[in-house]
Amino acid sequence: MIHSLFLINCSGDIFLEKHWKSVVSQSVCDYFFEAQEKAADVENVPPVISTPHHYLISIYRDKLFFVSVIQTEVPPLFVIEFLHRVADTFQDYFGECSEAAIKDNVVIVYELLEEMLDNGFPLATESNILKELIKPPTILRSVVNSITGSSNVGDTLPTGQLSNIPWRRAGVKYTNNEAYFDVVEEIDAIIDKSGSTVFAEIQGVIDACIKLSGMPDLSLSFMNPRLLDDVSFHPCIRFKRWESERVLSFIPPDGNFRLISYRVSSQKYVDGSTRICHHISVCWVELTFPCFMLTVGYLNSSLLPLAMAHEETRKNCLVAIPVYVKHSISFKENSSCGRFDVTIGPKQNMGKTIEGVTVTVHMPKVVLNMNLTPTQGSYTFDPVTKVLTWDVGKITPQKLPSLKGLVNLQSGAPKPEENPSLNIQFKIQQLAISGLKVNRLDMYGEKYKPFKGVKYVTKAGKFQVRT
Amino acid sequence: MSAAPAYSEDKGGSAGPGEAEYGHDPASGGIFSSDYKRHDDLKEMLDTNKDSLKLEAMKRIVAMIARGKNASDLFPAVVKNVACKNIEVKKLVYVYLVRYAEEQQDLALLSISTFQRGLKDPNQLIRASALRVLSSIRVPIIVPIMMLAIKEAASDMSPYVRKTAAHAIPKLYSLDSDQKDQLIEVIEKLLADKTTLVAGSVVMAFEEVCPERIDLIHKNYRKLCNLLIDVEEWGQVVIISMLTRYARTQFLSPTQNESLLEENPEKAFYGSEEDEAKGPGSEEAAAAALPTRKPYVMDPDHRLLLRNTKPLLQSRSAAVVMAVAQLYFHLAPKAEVGVIAKALVRLLRSHSEVQYVVLQNVATMSIKRRGMFEPYLKSFYIRSTDPTQIKILKLEVLTNLANETNIPTVLREFQTYIRSMDKDFVAATIQAIGRCATNIGRVRDTCLNGLVQLLSNRDELVVAESVVVIKKLLQMQPAQHGEIIKHLAKLTDNIQVPMARASILWLIGEYCEHVPRIAPDVLRKMAKSFTAEEDIVKLQVINLAAKLYLTNSKQTKLLTQYVLSLAKYDQNYDIRDRARFTRQLIVPSEQGGALSRHAKKLFLAPKPAPVLESSFKDRDHFQLGSLSHLLNAKATGYQELPDWPEEAPDPSVRNVEVPEWTKCSNREKRKEKEKPFYSDSEGESGPTESADSDPESESESDSKSSSESGSGESSSESDNEDQDEDEEKGRSSESEQSEEEGEKKKMKKRKKVPEGQREGSSSDEGSDSSSSSSESEMTSDTEEEQVEPASWRKKTPPSGKSAPAAKEISLLDLEDFTPPSVQPLSPPTVVSTSLAADLEGLTLTDSPLVPSLLSPVSGAGRQELLHRVAGEGLAVDYTFSRQPFSGDPHMVSVHIHFSNSSDTPIKGLHVGTPKLPAGISIQEFPEIESLSPGESTTAIMGINFCDSTQAANFQLCTQTRQFYVSIQPPVGELMAPVFMSENEFKKEQGLQGGR
Repeated sequence: MIHSLFLINCSGDIFLEKHWKSVVSQSVCDYFFEAQEKAADVENVPPVISTPHHYLISIYRDKLFFVSVIQTEVPPLFVIEFLHRVADTFQDYFGECSEAAIKDNVVIVYELLEEMLDNGFPLATESNILKELIKPPTILRSVVNSITGSSNVGDTLPTGQLSNIPWRRAGVKYTNNEAYFDVVEEIDAIIDKSGSTVFAEIQGVIDACIKLSGMPDLSLSFMNPRLLDDVSFHPCIRFKRWESERVLSFIPPDGNFRLISYRVSSQKYVDGSTRICHHISVCWVELTFPCFMLTVGYLNSSLLPLAMAHEETRKNCLVAIPVYVKHSISFKENSSCGRFDVTIGPKQNMGKTIEGVTVTVHMPKVVLNMNLTPTQGSYTFDPVTKVLTWDVGKITPQKLPSLKGLVNLQSGAPKPEENPSLNIQFKIQQLAISGLKVNRLDMYGEKYKPFKGVKYVTKAGKFQVRT
Repeated sequence: MSAAPAYSEDKGGSAGPGEAEYGHDPASGGIFSSDYKRHDDLKEMLDTNKDSLKLEAMKRIVAMIARGKNASDLFPAVVKNVACKNIEVKKLVYVYLVRYAEEQQDLALLSISTFQRGLKDPNQLIRASALRVLSSIRVPIIVPIMMLAIKEAASDMSPYVRKTAAHAIPKLYSLDSDQKDQLIEVIEKLLADKTTLVAGSVVMAFEEVCPERIDLIHKNYRKLCNLLIDVEEWGQVVIISMLTRYARTQFLSPTQNESLLEENPEKAFYGSEEDEAKGPGSEEAAAAALPTRKPYVMDPDHRLLLRNTKPLLQSRSAAVVMAVAQLYFHLAPKAEVGVIAKALVRLLRSHSEVQYVVLQNVATMSIKRRGMFEPYLKSFYIRSTDPTQIKILKLEVLTNLANETNIPTVLREFQTYIRSMDKDFVAATIQAIGRCATNIGRVRDTCLNGLVQLLSNRDELVVAESVVVIKKLLQMQPAQHGEIIKHLAKLTDNIQVPMARASILWLIGEYCEHVPRIAPDVLRKMAKSFTAEEDIVKLQVINLAAKLYLTNSKQTKLLTQYVLSLAKYDQNYDIRDRARFTRQLIVPSEQGGALSRHAKKLFLAPKPAPVLESSFKDRDHFQLGSLSHLLNAKATGYQELPDWPEEAPDPSVRNVEVPEWTKCSNREKRKEKEKPFYSDSEGESGPTESADSDPESESESDSKSSSESGSGESSSESDNEDQDEDEEKGRSSESEQSEEEGEKKKMKKRKKVPEGQREGSSSDEGSDSSSSSSESEMTSDTEEEQVEPASWRKKTPPSGKSAPAAKEISLLDLEDFTPPSVQPLSPPTVVSTSLAADLEGLTLTDSPLVPSLLSPVSGAGRQELLHRVAGEGLAVDYTFSRQPFSGDPHMVSVHIHFSNSSDTPIKGLHVGTPKLPAGISIQEFPEIESLSPGESTTAIMGINFCDSTQAANFQLCTQTRQFYVSIQPPVGELMAPVFMSENEFKKEQGLQGGR
């Protein structure tokens, strides 16, 4: 399957190569560089490139390209998924997945890659097993190693590989037994020019940090499990229990892992053939835009932000949008300046403060500079990438933060047609915007009493305001 | 948190003791002159006795390899260390060896004996790693050795070693494809393996070595389906895509007779299943009935596949989700395909590479099954921050999804996109609008107007793209659009993009009758600039000239001749050709009169409007999710997805032959007999070793039973249709439960094994036979069901009606496999449990039976009455104590074991109003006042089962709750202990001979 792997940094240096079958020359990467050049932008390098004798499947992570060489038919997602798993493992081992970290730990990287694939087919990818095979480097251990000459390679043989709970290592022992769950929800939304929600949904994950001795069997139940209609599970979860009782029952891996991820959508998805039509008010409007006039009938689907759903009303649950944005961005014809005015304010914040607010705007290419004054926070404008970043901080309803000022355009250039869209980041502590609530966590199979904790955070995901 | 590296070349070595002399090594790699010297250093280090120095040297060598530098000249020095004691040095030597063995074949042979020794190691992990490295050394000379090693490992008792053997198969195949036949034998053997660990790897080997041997799958099909959910993610992907192909060759298309299916699928479905449950004979009858094909009946195996893959849509791995999605797309009836949409949409949140692949597949699917993704339309809306390639794919999907009802929303969305800064994306949007306009007549005019507006856009690319699309749209109804054509004609002065100019010229030529006054003028202008035009434009100028000559020769004759003469001397031969050809056609000459008379018909024939189609149309003849589908070209090694067969091949090939299994299980049992019972359970613990180290294996057994039954019946509750499938397998829910309980008992038994003995036998000592036999027992309850009815029926012990002593004997006989003459009195499925319990009883009560009330109940044989979750913290188990019940001799004494795992005390435990079948009576246990958290207690109750295997149902009440529970006695428990001398025993045994 996977023949070889090349790690390439942004400047095009191949700084690591690993072959699982016969050696493939580095020159195969020339095809990749060619595609990269054509794409202009790193994000647009096609993940799959066909060359005369090989296929290159690549991912871009943390400013690094992971380019794998394939010779025969294989599901591309299989390879992509694996490459991301490799990057995750590096992240897990070294704290970051960067060129420097990989170069510093090249031997461990090599040992890891050796264990993860056998003849191009994944062998051990669970981090718990890998950590039993190869211990992650810590400062303490590297000092000890250099003195005693001992190694990072585990001398006990990994038994986890043999069990049918491959994700958990055996013989876990902690003095403090703890289980923490972070419920993190991200709001993905597109808000249109007039402030109405075009699209919104909640993407949630539950990340767990489990430090429990022995072989605990946990079950996590929710107050309102019906909220979760599209869930993906860590392999440790017993699917049957979820199906029948809506309880997450599992023997957890040791350490940090993602328990589930789920989606709560604003749209009413109806499964299969039974389609319930809810009333749609059709109205005819005339929309006028600078360059494109259409007379269309559009469906005024009831998509405006509403209060959060209760379990019973789940069928129609919609996503509450916690902020609103007032904006006016305009460029004058035949003059080299424009106006920029953005105000941001809280909406239905359910008694919680909105913090960590950041507004990022990709300005049009013709913008030379910006001269703005924020009433709160600070802003930066990078004239090379044309990215405006406004770090707002906390929003208080009494005084709405705004950013006003002038935009300097390249003289002589035609005025930009499109107003840039605003990307907004924010964070609300102690709140899961979907209303999801953990009911209880029970542990079976072990005698001790673990310390348990749940934390809720709501963040903006891909939150975009069109202007 | 990047820790200080143990070794960093660039920093000139680390500062460990004893390395000072090497510390000054420049070793920066850039200095070629020092290369030779540096390697000397390394050789020296490798030759020392100190492991730390060797390790240091190996680390540096591996770092060289990692950067793609040649380190092959160190081969002799490195290979010497292959037998090094230090495990890290050893591993790094392996890395080196695998990398360079191909180049230094002779020297590599030196290491082979080490691996051969490793293959015999008692530790399974060492055996596995030896095989792994041995098979990775690509030296043709050792092919026979590898072959031997693989064969041996394929019958190793450790599933991990067998997995490694499966991995080694494609390696050997790529080294020497002549071994194919022998390898297929090994694959066949491994395919029959019942452990989840092996399944994925062997299917991978199958796909690489012999994907055409679909016949090897038949016997293993059902097993693979049932194991699927427990296989690791990578294996799942491979198995699913193989099964997709398999199903395409073996089952009928579920889409034929769609209407009939919708009418009453259920009834027909059930009917056929019941038939099948009766036996293979009737199945053949069903198969014979199939060709008539009325109504369509889905093969139960087809259904099994769909049902068992469905839960995997919830996998965290995108690859698995995609694999299931393609399986459903290719195999499921139309009504069921919809379930995959939600999962695929979920993947759109993932990394952009995943999005890219998923969107490609969604694009293909959305052409065929538009309805599937319609509810998720908005999930494909485009953000300005998406990469361009993702934007364009999303646009493709949006266009495919557009229909009469949602087109206004879609167009409104498109309007936003048109003003994007990303011009490639804008161009794609314009084309998308064009496609919407051609597909949906209602909005054609709206779109056309919009596009015309775009003609005044400042960006030339936008304008050009619009012109091209407008041209296509106009062809549909040219009559009404004279104005637009005029407008376009004016644009020729400004637009420089060749494609757009060519399009305008073609339009004017084609519809010159609608713009009779402008057309000649355009030709005049173009004639003037002819030499400076692009080739594509020149061709259209010739075209325009010809058409005008035919319709309006008076005004344009001279112009045309001028253009043709210019073209005659053009540099491009296509243009010269065209000019010559056109002149012959349109200008009447002496000989060629016939053609030129029809020239007008040739040039101005009504042309069909172009159909704007998605580039993803017809891509679905490639298996979705495959590399070939993504590239839209056949990749090396792509296995064509076959069409559905006209008539279903014989479904009975998938039946696992019962006699064969009987034989095998007989053999197993016999072996078992020779061994102490402990070793039997030991071998079994092989694959679940981690659980062993845990004294409280309760949770483990729990997870296991749930996961195991999960594969079998996960969706059976929800899916009506599935029920009878289970029946067909001879597994009623009851029997399954008892099976599970049997499993649990085994677990308990294992728990009792002394620590030391376990260590020994689990990993090494346990011989081949014992482990493989017991293993098959453990992992294959699906197979067992098939086995049981036939193989067990013979040996069913008599139920409680005969004298208890005699019964004991018969149970011993059972072990000997001299079947008792007594006819079976109970359903065969129960027997396995009772047998297990009995065998257990025999081993555990080896010591003299001392009847004592409330003796500590052994963990063995304990069965669950109430799960701690269902009981809200109250867990209740029961065992048949096999002691006389003091109150009533007819009653069986049952020990009920309560434990409270909640954090509040449970009060007032007692038996509530029992609802008992006739004849059964219960002696309740005295009420338990209170059970505090963490505490457990035992009570005894007596049940008179009336010598039947009917369950005793009763309520277990606490102060607050009532739980309905039931105890069903296995046949073997309906007995009372009897003391007898050895002679008496033998006498009774003689009577039971069964002759």
